[in-house]
Amino acid sequence: MSRSLLVTRRTMLKTGLAGAPALILGFYLPRNLFSASPTKSPTAKTSAVFSPNAWLRIDSRGGITLLVEPAEIGQGVRTSMPMLLAEELDADWTKIKIQQAPTKPDIYKHLGTGGSSSVRENYLPLRQAGAAARALLITAAAQTWKVEPSACHTADGAVVHSASKRRLTYGTLAEAASKLPAPDPKKISLKQPKDFRFLGKPVHRLDTPSKVDGSAKFGLDVKVPGMLYAVIARCPTFGGKAVKFDDSKAKAVAGVHAVVQINPVPSPANTAGGVAVVADSTWAAIKGRKALQIDWDRGENASENTASMRKQMAELAGKSPLYVARTVGDAASAISKAPKKIEAVYELPFQPHATMEPMNCTAHVEKDRVEIWAPTQSPDWIQGVVAGLVQLNHESVMVHETLSGGGFGRRYQTDYAVEAVQVSKAVGKPVKLLWTREDDMQHDFYRPASYHRLSAGLDHQNKLVGWSRRIMSTSIRQIFAPPEALKNPATVAAQELEGAVDVPYESPNLQVEYSAVKSGVPRAWWRSVACSFNSFAVESFIDELAAEAHLDPLDFRIKLLGGDRQLPNPRDKEDILDTRRLRGVLALAAEKSGWGKSLPQHWGRGIAAQYSFGSYISHVAEVEVKPDHTVQVHRVVTAVDCGSIINPDTIKAQMESAVIFGLTAAMTGEIEVENGAIKNGNFDDFPVVRMKQAPRRHEVYIVSSTEKPGGIGEPGVPPIAPALTNAIYAATGKRLRRLIIRPEDLKQA
Amino acid sequence: MAPLSLTINGKHYSASVDPGTPILWVLRDTLGLTGTKFGCGMALCGACTIHLDGEAVRSCMTPVSEAVGKKITTIEGLSTDRSHPLQKAWMAQEVPQCGYCQSGQIMTAAALLQKKPHPTDEEIDAAMSGNICRCGTYLRIRAAIHQAAKGGAQ
Ligand code: FES
Ligand code: FES
Repeated sequence: MSRSLLVTRRTMLKTGLAGAPALILGFYLPRNLFSASPTKSPTAKTSAVFSPNAWLRIDSRGGITLLVEPAEIGQGVRTSMPMLLAEELDADWTKIKIQQAPTKPDIYKHLGTGGSSSVRENYLPLRQAGAAARALLITAAAQTWKVEPSACHTADGAVVHSASKRRLTYGTLAEAASKLPAPDPKKISLKQPKDFRFLGKPVHRLDTPSKVDGSAKFGLDVKVPGMLYAVIARCPTFGGKAVKFDDSKAKAVAGVHAVVQINPVPSPANTAGGVAVVADSTWAAIKGRKALQIDWDRGENASENTASMRKQMAELAGKSPLYVARTVGDAASAISKAPKKIEAVYELPFQPHATMEPMNCTAHVEKDRVEIWAPTQSPDWIQGVVAGLVQLNHESVMVHETLSGGGFGRRYQTDYAVEAVQVSKAVGKPVKLLWTREDDMQHDFYRPASYHRLSAGLDHQNKLVGWSRRIMSTSIRQIFAPPEALKNPATVAAQELEGAVDVPYESPNLQVEYSAVKSGVPRAWWRSVACSFNSFAVESFIDELAAEAHLDPLDFRIKLLGGDRQLPNPRDKEDILDTRRLRGVLALAAEKSGWGKSLPQHWGRGIAAQYSFGSYISHVAEVEVKPDHTVQVHRVVTAVDCGSIINPDTIKAQMESAVIFGLTAAMTGEIEVENGAIKNGNFDDFPVVRMKQAPRRHEVYIVSSTEKPGGIGEPGVPPIAPALTNAIYAATGKRLRRLIIRPEDLKQA
Repeated sequence: MAPLSLTINGKHYSASVDPGTPILWVLRDTLGLTGTKFGCGMALCGACTIHLDGEAVRSCMTPVSEAVGKKITTIEGLSTDRSHPLQKAWMAQEVPQCGYCQSGQIMTAAALLQKKPHPTDEEIDAAMSGNICRCGTYLRIRAAIHQAAKGGAQ
């Protein structure tokens, strides 16, 4: 996609800072740049015309500030944004301040700027802004010295006349630069990657010091004057409600101020409603809630169970026709005629996000305005939903985005903010709403539960001749789309197919079908979304085909990937999978892991790879299966090709994180539904991977690349589960097709 | 309620709270020391770890009455300037991601180093496995503890 960036500037703009003159450049940053990983945000707006939402300001004292619109600063980018800007500007990135642009007076908004952007090129605007400012500063210096701009260079926040070594700081030049005409966007030249000073090299994150001394302020640390504390008793079953309650004992608890009933709020908030206890401390609110007596109408989902859902999915898998999401050739007949036919079923459970900081929100509802402090990934969505709820215009709802203690997709939801607003409104005071761990575990928007039946045929040369797949899952769209839209099966399936319709392994005949399964359990985006389950099925099945063909799982994958091919995603033509890069990470992970070298008895190596969010990841897991059938992961080797690299240490950290997160979902914790409610409550019955279960070693190798940067927060998750079960197969000859893995399945398998 | 007298990070505080209130909520809600975090409320995650007379305890399950007459140390009191060897090692290794669990991790590690200045991997695992990190920073935590034990941030 072609892109243009129009940068304009204002002369002598008064900015409140002692009225100092400043050079200001306005530009547009795509929404997804603000989130920790460039997942397409469910609230992303796609519009052809943009107004500026970011401004670079250099003041006369040399201070450099990046101003971005309120409610749009993601925490994961506080380091990378200044780095990108400073690389081209030739300034000290650690001194660049990031601030929210003032909304009133609206001076910044009226800087004429336009441009268009493509999703994956989102790191260019900052570099272009830095380069444009640098060009203006050089021109200003050259005019002062009456020399050619080409005779000047920049270093450490100053322009230098190369021959005479004369030097003018950016601060000194800011005013003169602000009077120059805007540079032609087409003539802004960017540095070559080989000239980068710090992009691509490990740097220390700016937020780290505040996270080792307790000073970082998360959502739960917010305190506003006059604030009360609340917890809510929600119906354990989804869709149930309180029919009557007795709050006399709760009100008798010292410190309890009020008990109020709040109504469920429908999609997109999807809150359960319930009975809120409001007190002068968190502890009093928790004690008050324990003393409530509530009669619940358990609602229409009260009979739902994990076992009944699995049965429903198995039945659906045998029914036809299902919605055909993709078809090439005639997979059914190709498979039936193939000399080797293989079929397998894979199952994955609901998964909670279980962020370390549970959901919480502070809200203050007044007559004509609402103020909200929330650890959120989508402040603008909260603003819109709350404005609708309290019937005010958007401008009257102010959302402060705090640090989040983990997100993993959970904090896209608006439910906890909506509840805090309801409670604050009911009591007429600012209220901090806490979700206890049990609330958080039992009222999440879970990773969908899913069931996958795959069949394939191999010819005599062990080439794939047909690939057929049926996916059953609890559809995400059913939670958010209106009933009318859900009449279209493509809408129902829309968020369940990533990593399933875009399989890179070459097959002339292909069929992918989908059916939603009925469930009252809320579900939504969970770190890597559908790839997390689809990849498990594909990368396990490929391993099974390799075994059937008596070929090494690595060689078999490389063979099936075939030549260098560019595969556009059938659902998004701009999203192109490059088989060369996928092969590259497979080969790199294998080589570094010592693939093929011998291991002790009962140990095994497994490999898997996945393209997602613009990045290519391969993991090799090295596991030991103990005599009691428990599994220890000793080592993980990861190869990453995520295009251009900003901070390699952040990439490494995200891979470490994704592996631990993915291993919990594969090995230790699953959500179970019993009589319409979530059975798990805390970290005792939803065990997560702890230090002693973590791989002893994790090595991460990053492919150096000048391609567009891809995501790093999510793509490490999908391939770890199949790498694990493939390694268990290598160690024992036993194939685990249902997550989470269980010692008893290993005993029987 | 008679006010309770508490010693926290070397300073004296008095708090008029129900003596059964977990120390965690007294620190956070009553005294505004929010560096100590809530993660589970059931001594399962370690986010709320503080020291009582030098011992690591889970403040979410420890009533404040038990702290009377003892010295409470929280992350805010580990050092005044991030100069504790663990804090330096944590920064050098870039341990934190979201950062939410890290106060508890550091407090648990500090109590470990008090007892075992040069812990082995196994000793670290045993001491630290009560602390959950959903961001998965375990390997860096282990490396940072070793680094601090060696007595240097570099
Ligand atoms: S909050 Fe105390 S151990 Fe989790
Ligand atoms: S750093 Fe996020 S939970 Fe540990």
